[in-house]
Amino acid sequence: MMGHLILRVVIKLLFAPILLFGLYVQFHGDYGPGGGFQAGVIFASAFILFALGFGLKETQKHLPPTVLPFFMVFGLLLYALTGVLGLFMGGNFLDYYVLAPDSHHNAGQHIGIILVEFGVGVAVFSAMMTIFYFFAGREPEIHDADW
Amino acid sequence: MNDPVSFATEFHPSSSPIFFVELAILTLLVITSIAMLRMRRLFGVVMLSGIYSFLSAAFFVALDAVDVAFTEAAVGAGISTVLMLSAMLLTARREKPYAPGHAALAAVVCVIVGGALIYATLDAPPYGDAAAPANSYVGQAYVERSAVEISMPNIVTTVLASYRGFDTMGEVAVIFTAGLAVMLLLGIGSDRGGKDVRDVPRMVGREEDGPGLGEKPTLDDGGKSPSPKGGAS
Repeated sequence: MMGHLILRVVIKLLFAPILLFGLYVQFHGDYGPGGGFQAGVIFASAFILFALGFGLKETQKHLPPTVLPFFMVFGLLLYALTGVLGLFMGGNFLDYYVLAPDSHHNAGQHIGIILVEFGVGVAVFSAMMTIFYFFAGREPEIHDADW
Repeated sequence: MNDPVSFATEFHPSSSPIFFVELAILTLLVITSIAMLRMRRLFGVVMLSGIYSFLSAAFFVALDAVDVAFTEAAVGAGISTVLMLSAMLLTARREKPYAPGHAALAAVVCVIVGGALIYATLDAPPYGDAAAPANSYVGQAYVERSAVEISMPNIVTTVLASYRGFDTMGEVAVIFTAGLAVMLLLGIGSDRGGKDVRDVPRMVGREEDGPGLGEKPTLDDGGKSPSPKGGAS
């Protein structure tokens, strides 16, 4: 994986803006296009880009594969527990109105959707990274001649 | 605009300039898919499928489906291209040579299915028809009520996360299950850098991929032999 200096510099430059854009898509999804699914994939694509330029080992140093299953479970549970929270507060499953019942501008809906979309984003990001890690981890290293 | 029928008669998609953009994109889609069919090097096929996804995303933008275009560009062109490349590393670099055997049967099936699909489009409502079933019943209710009930500008998000929140939870569960399944199926040995993995089918594929099939037989094995795996095994 030596060489590719230009690619590595470009990846270093792009890495943080991609993450920032992922966060924007995640939390602006109720006002513009986007949402948890897209944000999770964009977040994962930043790390995948990093892995393409700097190798899988280097990426796994910064984002260990062992933490990903916890993220996956956390995302799904955050979604489901938001639904259960509605049950506990006297509504139906995934009923967001009861989260802020006195609001006149549907704040409960906003809270519920933000929580649920965050769960989606975390779950999608970690699932994508898991799939990528386990696909790419089968080969010790991707040689240039393989492309 | 309020009367669906008058809107449908006023609106002519073929007269708007975006129609020619859509026509060009659809033509490029057909050209890309034909090129994918004719190409034997899988690397090129994967790249072309990425191009196909980008063209689809552009088409969705032209159709005003920005959220779908977003997803198509991120998932179709980004993630699946990388995943296909990593999957390609585990198998051969070239498609097996075409073996003509059931060509006539396949052609008959294609003609019948294609004819049935074209016949079905004759019954479909015209493009942009406000009175179409997709724009009438529950879709119309979402558009009308979402601003009052959820007060969010993006109707796609309100439908996805609130009105159809239970469905979306199922989708997240599907993605969770996909990650879990990949972990269970491919996980053994991966955390050790893949050095201990022995894949019999992959070895067979590598041998078939060798000389005799491609024009450049040495290209695929160029970087393989000095790899750590060769030394370990």
